[in-house]
Amino acid sequence: MLEYFNFRVIFESYPLFMKGFLSTGWISLISLFLSLVVGTLACAGRLSKSRFFSTPAAVYIETIRSTPLLAQIYFFYFGLPSLGLRVPELQTGILALTLNSGAYMAEILRAGMQSVSTGQIEAGTSSGLNYFQRLRFIILPQAIGVTIPPLLGQAIVLVKDSALLSLISVMELTRAGQVLTSERFMPAEGFFTVAVLYLILYFMLKFLSIWWQKRLIFRQAV
Amino acid sequence: MWGYYTQQLIHSIPFFLKGLWMTIAVSLLSLIGGSLIGFFAGVGRASRARWLRRLLSVYVDSIRGTPFLVQLFILFFILPELGIQIEAFPAAVLGLTICSGAYICEIFASGIEAVPWGQREAAISTGLNRYQQLRFIILPQAMRTILPPLVGQYVLLIKDSSVVSVIGVLDVTRAGWLTVQRIPEGILVFGLVGILYFIICYPLIHLVNYLEARMTVQKFRL
Repeated sequence: MLEYFNFRVIFESYPLFMKGFLSTGWISLISLFLSLVVGTLACAGRLSKSRFFSTPAAVYIETIRSTPLLAQIYFFYFGLPSLGLRVPELQTGILALTLNSGAYMAEILRAGMQSVSTGQIEAGTSSGLNYFQRLRFIILPQAIGVTIPPLLGQAIVLVKDSALLSLISVMELTRAGQVLTSERFMPAEGFFTVAVLYLILYFMLKFLSIWWQKRLIFRQAV
Repeated sequence: MWGYYTQQLIHSIPFFLKGLWMTIAVSLLSLIGGSLIGFFAGVGRASRARWLRRLLSVYVDSIRGTPFLVQLFILFFILPELGIQIEAFPAAVLGLTICSGAYICEIFASGIEAVPWGQREAAISTGLNRYQQLRFIILPQAMRTILPPLVGQYVLLIKDSSVVSVIGVLDVTRAGWLTVQRIPEGILVFGLVGILYFIICYPLIHLVNYLEARMTVQKFRL
């Protein structure tokens, strides 16, 4: 098969692949930040003592975790128009990705905050700091270092999950491969190139995670 | 109008149950295959042979760095080019098996490496060979660390099985997709899809939490 592997088509379709690559990058980045916001709210709700906040947050997180992302994407893609809202595919996709990722972010943030030892919190309380001061000066600085590796893991998951948006006609990397399959009948060239480009994103994020963990070890050793 | 659509939806429930059966079939077959592959690959990944570890990490990284959708497209569109005619259902099971095998490999490998080195030393000094070491000493202790994430991976597998709907396998998501063409109430239709997945996944997630709690207590008792 390799002697028929058409590298020329890949060079010709270079703009298409680049457009898809950048699109995937942007979609993942935007969803990452938005889901951090959603995740923070959900985490605060889950850890809150009043049931008025913790029950909806728990329902949200459990529902997202027990249903597949594709079903959620279709839910918004087919469900929003039936409510009368005409949302473009890109925004619908980012909404679905954000809500899905937000639930997992809430779990990551919760684990990060609970990793700070209670002794620290007790010391803060006995020094007279109120809730927000404890949060800002004691808990968050120590929690952030621990939270970054799982966060980067979630970023990798977002990059891979964004591939499902190609099924609602959003222009991104997998769609570039689909275009090459349907228009030029060259699935091998299309999807192998797409796979390589995804691996590039994966290894970039992986090395970022390794660099951060090394930095964390040095910091803690000092 | 909602009443009319709800009635139509209730008439389609047998169709959804057929899709549910297909989801369970695909998930179960891939679960068994993926666990087998993951078991042998995991043992290999934790072995002393560096060439085997490197080879398996190529496999694991390629799977973990690319979206499952792209892997599925590669199998479904490119195998016929190589002369192997493959239907949708076998391609789906094959793709899901290979994908979950990589993740299960990582779970088994980290479980085996979590067993204290002293246990292996004791096994070697008692005169057991490699196979006996694994079977009587290492694996029974490793299963404690392996079981919760393994069941968690099964939940992920069931959710990933929704992706195979795009190559035509008639599972719950595809049933929903086909139904929503006739009944344009996306929220009702995919609400039903979500409920069906929820029924399967939510108990499994609680099984994971229960297993984690049980395993942790035993560990501290030692």
